[in-house]
Amino acid sequence: MLEKANVKSLDKVVVRFSGDSGDGMQLAGNIFTNVSAGVGNSVSTFPDYPAEVRAPQGSLSGVSGFQVSVGSGVHTPGDQCDVLVAMNPAALKQHVKFLKPNGVIIIDIDSFKEEGLKKAQFATDDPIKELGITAQVVEVPVTSMTKAALADSGMDNKSVLKCRNIFALGLVCWLFDRPLENAVRMLKNKFAKKPAVFEANAKVIQAGYDYGHNIHASVSTYTIETDNIKPGIYTDINGNTATAWGLIMASEKAGRPLFLGSYPITPATDILHELAKRKDLGVKACQMEDEIAGVCSAIGASFAGNLAVTSTSGPGLALKSEGIGLAVIAELPLVIIDVQRGGPSTGLPTKTEQTDLMQALYGRNGESPLAVVAPASPTDCFTMAFEASRIAIEHMTPVILLSDAFIGNGSSAWRIPEASEYPEIKCHYLPEEKKEGWKPYHRDPETLVRYWAIPGTEGLQHRLGGLEKDAVTSAISTDPVNHEKMVNLRREKVARIANDIPAQEVLCDADADTLLIGWGGTFGHLYTAAQELCKEGKKIAFSHFRYINPLPANTGEILAKYKKVIVAELNTGMFADYLQAKFPKTEIHRINKIQGQPFLVSEVVDQVKNIIEEK
Amino acid sequence: MEQSTFTPANYKSDQSVRWCPGCGDHAVLNSLHKAMANIGIAPHKTAVISGIGCSSRLPYYMNTYGFHTIHGRAAAIATGFKVANPEMTVWQISGDGDGLAIGGNHFIHAVRRNIDLNIILFNNKIYGLTKGQYSPTSDRGFVSKSSPYGTTEDPFIPAELVFGARGNFFARSIDVELAISQEVLAAAALHKGASVVEMLTNCVIFNNGIHNFITDRENRAERTIHLVHGEKMLFGKEKNKGLVRDGFLLKAVELGKDGYTIDDVLVHDAHTQSNFLHQQLAMMDGHELPLAIGIIRDVEAPTYNDEIDHQVATVRAKKGFNTLRDMILAGETWEVK
Repeated sequence: MLEKANVKSLDKVVVRFSGDSGDGMQLAGNIFTNVSAGVGNSVSTFPDYPAEVRAPQGSLSGVSGFQVSVGSGVHTPGDQCDVLVAMNPAALKQHVKFLKPNGVIIIDIDSFKEEGLKKAQFATDDPIKELGITAQVVEVPVTSMTKAALADSGMDNKSVLKCRNIFALGLVCWLFDRPLENAVRMLKNKFAKKPAVFEANAKVIQAGYDYGHNIHASVSTYTIETDNIKPGIYTDINGNTATAWGLIMASEKAGRPLFLGSYPITPATDILHELAKRKDLGVKACQMEDEIAGVCSAIGASFAGNLAVTSTSGPGLALKSEGIGLAVIAELPLVIIDVQRGGPSTGLPTKTEQTDLMQALYGRNGESPLAVVAPASPTDCFTMAFEASRIAIEHMTPVILLSDAFIGNGSSAWRIPEASEYPEIKCHYLPEEKKEGWKPYHRDPETLVRYWAIPGTEGLQHRLGGLEKDAVTSAISTDPVNHEKMVNLRREKVARIANDIPAQEVLCDADADTLLIGWGGTFGHLYTAAQELCKEGKKIAFSHFRYINPLPANTGEILAKYKKVIVAELNTGMFADYLQAKFPKTEIHRINKIQGQPFLVSEVVDQVKNIIEEK
Repeated sequence: MEQSTFTPANYKSDQSVRWCPGCGDHAVLNSLHKAMANIGIAPHKTAVISGIGCSSRLPYYMNTYGFHTIHGRAAAIATGFKVANPEMTVWQISGDGDGLAIGGNHFIHAVRRNIDLNIILFNNKIYGLTKGQYSPTSDRGFVSKSSPYGTTEDPFIPAELVFGARGNFFARSIDVELAISQEVLAAAALHKGASVVEMLTNCVIFNNGIHNFITDRENRAERTIHLVHGEKMLFGKEKNKGLVRDGFLLKAVELGKDGYTIDDVLVHDAHTQSNFLHQQLAMMDGHELPLAIGIIRDVEAPTYNDEIDHQVATVRAKKGFNTLRDMILAGETWEVK
């Protein structure tokens, strides 16, 4: 054990809880996050869980992790952790690579017996040596202490062992000087319906905390500074919840009820879960029979006059393509949320990627333009879900929101906005003076947006459909010239959304020669990398795109200012290709990663340096 | 029922009907206009949603809200529509290919959920729009362009699917039976929940006469039975034949023969919870037993859309949130000053 004298003051610290997928690592990590947020830290989390819900216990494939970064100025969950909590040998083996060289490992020494070592495929009985670990290892008898704490509880062995995670959490709370009251309150909420389980966990978390105190366990006394953030009321929010709430805000601002048609799919299902709970705000969330029914029920709800949404991940987006095409030709507002994961096919269901960009932009039959937006962070999911809804309703078009597993599951502290901070969404209803002789494909001459006539309104009965319609009469038309006209009208309508979105901003050193570009959920890592480069004296500008189609109107102007443009993204270069096609004169360099994991700040920094230094 | 203020003309759009001359769909469309006028739900309170196929063109011929969507998905689109705007009366138009092949999954789930839709299934046992391929209701051995040596598969019997999906309303009519078509369409509209009406229609071009065994004027009275709730199950030109129980099965008998009298003949009960007899009645095909037309099953059950509205009202009243912000503030929060 280290002596408590070794006091460090850090502005942020990264902790990774790692164990078997049945060990409750996500719960322990979540509670630590909330407790930290509760004392005013900014937080960012990264749940890293296996695709198999229950891989064999103790096996390498069953390791589940939860990484959280807490402190001030936190934009990412951190590349590597300061503290790794490893509940078993498999967790140590799988996750030691995430530990900083000077980090600390806490292991449950009780699980480092022959059986556990064998399951984790260690060749020797000294896993520390075998893995070449030089970091400080704190051996804690988590299992036996948990058993001792619950010796008189009358619980069976299996139930007792389920509390090990909370013992470890208690110890971590002690190490980082986190008050237990909030953690206990969260446990009480979590186990509201199981008072006995709550009692046991409350006892065990205290035992973990006291254990740290009693043995003077200390990895050093980290004091984590409280972030200096905007005053207001805060909550901890993950990207999927933020997405759901952004849709509700849009529904309130548009005065149209919110409908979700969805089908469970990792990592998007939490959006369905959250909106299913929100019947208390009048939301109707329907779990349909398949992905196609998810989008189709939403299209029906849109025609019926709701703010209609479908949520999915990449494979589901593929299934929804035909339906989305119907919304394109019927010119109905529709929000499609794609929480991207590793592909193709089933791919890496629980891991993050940005590989659905081309599918979102082009993955439909025929000329089928629609708007695409991408949130930059967990909290930005709220804003961009609102924006997707606003664009859909005000421009009568489907909009795809490209979130991803990283920001969807990751969380941050979020200031709860006042309703007045968001604009009214103006539904494009038919004005009274245009009712005479109105046909459904008549448009606003400025925006080319057709009008939304809500079923149930007397005198506005009309028929929509997937067949091409005449631009004037709105009847079915196979006229060749009319078809081309309609194709161009739909394209131009979407292009004109550019007049209705914010200008693209440039951060860091706008006068640099090199511009680093990102889009969507990589913002935290890329921005941190750009800031580090600036601190090191490298001149670099940074611009992050959230409006993908149409691009902000000043995009070309920005690109033209820089000698070198670097696009960093978690795919083989889709956004780079997209920009290159639109701005062929720009010299585009690429930083790509397709490993199912977010960027590491360090790897971006290194690669940018290499590109800057290239002649 | 109150006197309707609408006439069939109020439900007709200005579009000229483009089905082939002699197509059975014309008769169903006319019956639908009349049924709608009879039940008197205003055109602007009515939506007609279809998939793809000849019959799915129907919404264009209605002066209601209408949506001609994509192949197979009408049930899913209509479901979202009804949940979102439950004040509307929603009709779904599908053919046997649209509803039972590509859209089979949505069909059974719409029936299982008991969403309040009036589903008209036009069954002509053929793909007409793509010019003559066998459909999921074509009989085994049926020869078509895509089965030149005859099909090697058994068909769906729509009623059996509906009962398999625990449906609560099933009726059947034939394009040429105008009065019965109106009767069952009106009943479907008035039934709360998923109502399925199978319409046997004739495709004059690609499958002419497929239902002739049933519809042929000579034999129709002997090969069909019009079921009416509360009435004896009698059929035949002279109404001298009836259906009786024969152990677990049904049997057709002639009154006065083999000792059978009117007292032996079953009385139709469309409202009984058990679908045991409804299923037997619906499976009769006009050979040994007459094909049943009319309302075979019509049972009240909670509807998907009403239950959602009920839950929303209950939860809203209990929690008392007016806005998103109210809801968030009731959760875990902290203040930064």
